[in-house]
Amino acid sequence: MKADVRAIKTPAEQALGAAFLAARAEMPGKGPVAKLREEAFRRFDASGLPHRRIEEWKYTDLRALMREAKPLAGPVKSKGNVPLLPGVDASRIAIVNGRYEPGWSLANIHDPGITIVELFAFLEEQFAYRTGDIPGKDDTAFCLNTAFMTGGAAVRIKKGARVNRPLHIAHMFVGDAAAAMYPRSVVMVEPGAHLTLIESFAGPTDIDYQVNSALELVIGEGAKVDHIKIGHDGNSALRISTLGVTVDANATYRDFSFTIGGAVVRNQTFVRFAGEGTEASIGGVTLIKGRQHVDNTLVIEHAAGGCKSRERFRTVLDGESHGIFQGKIVVEPHAQKTDAKMASHALLLSDGAEADNKPELEIFADDVQCGHGATAGALDSALKFYLMSRGIPEIEAEALLIQAFVGEAIEDVADEHIREALMGEAVTWLEARG
Amino acid sequence: MAFLEVKNLHVEVEGKKILNGLTLSVEKGQVAAIMGPNGSGKSTLAYVLAGKDNYKITEGDVLLNSESILGMAPDERAAKGVFLAFQYPVEVPGVATMTFLRTALNAQRKTRGEAEYSTPEFMKLVRDSATQLGISQEMLRRAVNVGFSGGEKKRNEILQMAVLQPKLAVLDETDSGLDIDALKIVADGVNRLRLPERSIVVITHYQRLLNYIIPDVVHVLANGRVVKSGGKELALELEAKGYTQFQGEAA
Repeated sequence: MKADVRAIKTPAEQALGAAFLAARAEMPGKGPVAKLREEAFRRFDASGLPHRRIEEWKYTDLRALMREAKPLAGPVKSKGNVPLLPGVDASRIAIVNGRYEPGWSLANIHDPGITIVELFAFLEEQFAYRTGDIPGKDDTAFCLNTAFMTGGAAVRIKKGARVNRPLHIAHMFVGDAAAAMYPRSVVMVEPGAHLTLIESFAGPTDIDYQVNSALELVIGEGAKVDHIKIGHDGNSALRISTLGVTVDANATYRDFSFTIGGAVVRNQTFVRFAGEGTEASIGGVTLIKGRQHVDNTLVIEHAAGGCKSRERFRTVLDGESHGIFQGKIVVEPHAQKTDAKMASHALLLSDGAEADNKPELEIFADDVQCGHGATAGALDSALKFYLMSRGIPEIEAEALLIQAFVGEAIEDVADEHIREALMGEAVTWLEARG
Repeated sequence: MAFLEVKNLHVEVEGKKILNGLTLSVEKGQVAAIMGPNGSGKSTLAYVLAGKDNYKITEGDVLLNSESILGMAPDERAAKGVFLAFQYPVEVPGVATMTFLRTALNAQRKTRGEAEYSTPEFMKLVRDSATQLGISQEMLRRAVNVGFSGGEKKRNEILQMAVLQPKLAVLDETDSGLDIDALKIVADGVNRLRLPERSIVVITHYQRLLNYIIPDVVHVLANGRVVKSGGKELALELEAKGYTQFQGEAA
């Protein structure tokens, strides 16, 4: 019997439905964009919020974790500052309450290689682009972002442009009462161009705001892109971020996500290697404590042969936190000579913490090298004893080992200023623990 | 009073009795060799001195400079001057050797209420010792022991000893796994660290190491206790006759 009955909607699902009906007439984007919203909403409405019986969302049951849908965040009247990464000189694009705010952004983007326009201005001119096959487009959370998208930035890096200064898309929520925001940005790096892109998320503590963000990243042939995502959300926030990446041939793509904030966070990354000869490293570090829940989900599609990808994720869990890594590598039948290796390691600092690792390989080609490894465990007592026997007190020995554990992953970040800033964040987190 | 006093020490590991009333004194400035067959308790003694977990002390005491150290954590013992050169030094991924040495040295000094070393002083200390031990700058930048050969790991232990300047150094089978050239480098390193105010305990299965590190006294360990003590000639006697005589005697 196929009893996929979804008669009862949760309060959150009902609220999302009501919000869509109420807002759709005023939401930005006409014609094809409105149609896209309608379609996306219908898809969401048919499936509802993902729950534990949906394999991709097995460990992050949104029906249970998202009890209510907050009202849509309004635009901010005042002008403020976006948080920066210490020591990192970047051009800033502020996305405040789900909208691109040029007034908040640092007007230092004079690089002729960069064009930035507001999302909907871009969509009206370039709609054809959106009809493309975005990796991750079938995901329910991504459909919700499409249905509600409130704004964002569309960035184009011109062919061959070498953008030296990192570009920082800073998302933030400003407000006294919980609200929901659906930012959506598009970054197109044309063939041969170089870009370091920082994406950050921040908001106030003790307010249970909700973020459902999406970023489409299109990497042209021979381009070189470093994307660093930093999750600094307030301690009560719920954030779901979808990253859809298409990488053309002979490109270099490095992705790193660093998460320390938020009550419930899901970073879902969908990458498609669409051209041959690309090299990619995709990794992340998550440091959580208390009752934080952070899910890093990755789907890598090797749709073209001869690409090399390395996935390296590390999670440190304290208190009663719950960390999840799901990584799936799909190698299509014609994607011969694929070289993909995935590793996920979790370090449990307390008895109450839980780590789930779910690596998956789906290989349809016969001449490939693919592998994965996953571990979860406590700090190595032999290592700890070795350090202590040299005079390093226990808490410092632990901090040094944890720092080393995350540091090995942070090493993958190419920009040394960003790397140092992230290491600094990790050290601060460790100091707060001790 | 000897600098190190092990008194009637009884130790169990997972319910198994390893040390059976071991009594041992090491004077200040003395190099004491501890020899014995496999399973006699040599490494257990080393670990108990350094303060490793999972060793249950059922009787006896260990005094360092007349103070019991059994209740101290390994880092507190280190700050008091205890150093163990491991038989199998562990690899510490992600922690650069320089960082490790500096953290350890400054942690010890902080515990003792001494000022931290300045960077130039520290660098000079490490560089001088490293050069003597044939440890390159490149190795110092690498993570502790990661990718090091067996000989390099042992040399790195001696480097740590040189930098941390302990009052009591326990070398646990530092000769194991070393070829003759590596053995000479390590032994020369240890000999340079022989000082009137430093006690050194050299634990070894074979006499070979003692050709290079000449002990002041030799103790034979069998079945968890010292069964014979003598001068350096005792090591040669053991080499000739083997340990069987003592194993029978102790049982």
